[in-house]
Amino acid sequence: MKHLFSNAALLAAALATTSGMAVAPNEKISDGVVKIGVLTDMSGLYSTLGGKGTQVAVEMAVKDFGGTVLGKPIQVIGADHQNKADIASATAREWFDNEKVDMITGLLNSGCALAVQKVAGDKKRITMNTGAASTELTNKASTPYSIHYVYDTYALGKVTGQAVVQTGGKTWFFITADYAFGQSLEQNTTNFVNKLGGKVVGSVRHPLSTADFSSYLLQAQSSGAQIIGLANAGGDTINAIKQAREFGIGQKGQKLVGLLIFDTDIKSLGLNVAQGMQFTSGFYWDRDDATRAWSKRFFDIHKAMPTMDQAGAYSAAMNYLKAIKAAGTDDPDAVMAKLKSMDISDFFAVRGKIRIDGRMVHDMYLMEVKKPSESKGEWDLLKIIKTVPGDEAFMPLSESTSPLVKK
Amino acid sequence: MELSFQTVMSQVMLGLNNGVFYAILSLGLAVIFGLLNIVNFVHGALYMLGAYVALLGYTMLGPLIGKPDFHLNYWAALIVAPLVVGLLGIGVERAMLRRLRKFDHLYGLLLTFGLALIIQGVFTNYFNVSGDAYDAKPEALEGAVNLGFMLFPKYRLWVIVISLLVCFGTWFVIERTKLGSYLRAGTENPELVKAFGVNVPLMITLTYGYGVALAAFAGVLAAPIYSVSPVMGSEMIITVFAVVVIGGMGSIMGSIITGLLLGMVEGFTKVVYAPASSTVIFLIMVVVLLVKPTGLFGRES
Repeated sequence: MKHLFSNAALLAAALATTSGMAVAPNEKISDGVVKIGVLTDMSGLYSTLGGKGTQVAVEMAVKDFGGTVLGKPIQVIGADHQNKADIASATAREWFDNEKVDMITGLLNSGCALAVQKVAGDKKRITMNTGAASTELTNKASTPYSIHYVYDTYALGKVTGQAVVQTGGKTWFFITADYAFGQSLEQNTTNFVNKLGGKVVGSVRHPLSTADFSSYLLQAQSSGAQIIGLANAGGDTINAIKQAREFGIGQKGQKLVGLLIFDTDIKSLGLNVAQGMQFTSGFYWDRDDATRAWSKRFFDIHKAMPTMDQAGAYSAAMNYLKAIKAAGTDDPDAVMAKLKSMDISDFFAVRGKIRIDGRMVHDMYLMEVKKPSESKGEWDLLKIIKTVPGDEAFMPLSESTSPLVKK
Repeated sequence: MELSFQTVMSQVMLGLNNGVFYAILSLGLAVIFGLLNIVNFVHGALYMLGAYVALLGYTMLGPLIGKPDFHLNYWAALIVAPLVVGLLGIGVERAMLRRLRKFDHLYGLLLTFGLALIIQGVFTNYFNVSGDAYDAKPEALEGAVNLGFMLFPKYRLWVIVISLLVCFGTWFVIERTKLGSYLRAGTENPELVKAFGVNVPLMITLTYGYGVALAAFAGVLAAPIYSVSPVMGSEMIITVFAVVVIGGMGSIMGSIITGLLLGMVEGFTKVVYAPASSTVIFLIMVVVLLVKPTGLFGRES
């Protein structure tokens, strides 16, 4: 019995020492390392637009920053959440508890993103979301440690929805990915369509990662709507557009509108199929000299031009490290205070600012896919037809339901 | 949504497209169950394997044998994949299933279910769970045919035609030829058939091989329409078992007709109330089990 007690005492002492080390008040960098975790879809339908490329971008940022901050090393780790929210939150928990991860970025797939953001909020760690789109992330689900960096369904629905309705697309039918993201995108777009006098005549929901869209497309066709809005992304959008062509849908009278499209989707579809499509993006590699210079470097490593998720992840990681340097510590509260007070301005973000609810507000772009005859190179895919200032594109704080916004 | 002729017909046509897959898979199950008394739960995994033989033959075989330009084309895959998977099935039958013949069905079911989990697990480990596109659709089957009420892709039409041929061909061989009568007699009374000089164990092995080759054939047909993924079989097999139960275990014609009909019912449900389309088959299964537990085409044993 006595033996048992002494063992327990020893264990308690050991625990006290280790946990005491972790929270030593004088230490500027917790655990002696700044570790950025890239948690995203590394193998599934979104992996082309995010995936390894997002990790490449973050690693570039660390290298460009010099590899150390306040004299301590910076490390990057990556993991595949397989588009499963339970795997995403378990990985995040493991990273925070045992792997000394300080900040998680990437986070494609709104379902996974919401799960991770919750875990991070509970553990007071920072998430800088570049991949997911749901506006929920900066509303009810926002925490003092969450940042939504690149785009959201409000901006997509508003910019694309307005452009389409104003050019005569009054009646809509949605084909929607049946999870947090698709529903949020459909809802946001519906609001703008209605506001501008358009009408939504119906919608159909499909499971994430659907191979066969034929029956959904036929439903959309027989609805008679002028616009078939695709409230999905990545592989789902590509499949839907390809199959619509197979069935001759979207060629006479009806028009397909992809509400979230990435450069890599266009690359996969080809200009012949995609030409003339309009959509909203937070970034395009061929916008100016700075974007071209950075994208060229990214291309040399990753062999593909960056999407807004990938370029955004570089910018997020870089600004995170700048904030640590400016704050003189990696303490999450101090870093968040710095991030929310500094100007975000680099090749990625024009006039960027992180608001109280975690929304990074910056210019958004209405894009159009070039005709094959206009394209001068393999990645010369798009042209910017309108720049929308961040304050117009994103949800105003007055509409926010974030607990961080005092009203 | 209004029930226009065009809407209903186009969804039913797509339903038929799904239905031929149900038919060809449940046919394989029926052949195996009817002649071997095995509930072949590994069927879905072998369907998936067939698709992967086609995919990997197209993308990886060339580099593997040192000829990077070599691609196993679609038509070759339609023959090679069933052969490869059929041989694998023969191996499984010889090495494992044979030993379970004298026991209850349940053991065969557990064994094949275990195999299915292993195969699927291995493929999930190495391949993209959300699927890879199979881009080797032959040039001749590109484009669409105007059916009057809709544009229907040529490839899907080809799938319907070839599947129906294979299904009814199989039915004809088993129910209408001498070979088929040996097969059927072999299951009724193996000892007696052996006494006539027929090699019954070999016959059973080949039958199993043929049954699983059908699954692989369906897998290759499916590859250009759906993407090839490790879980494509497990998604399919549940529905196919419902089809088998509705049609009546072991009934060859029953499984074909039920497969086609249920595919079309599913399509029709999509017009009336889309969210119910994934459950309608199971509702029908419940009703059939309550009213006629042997299935629509099943015989009392």
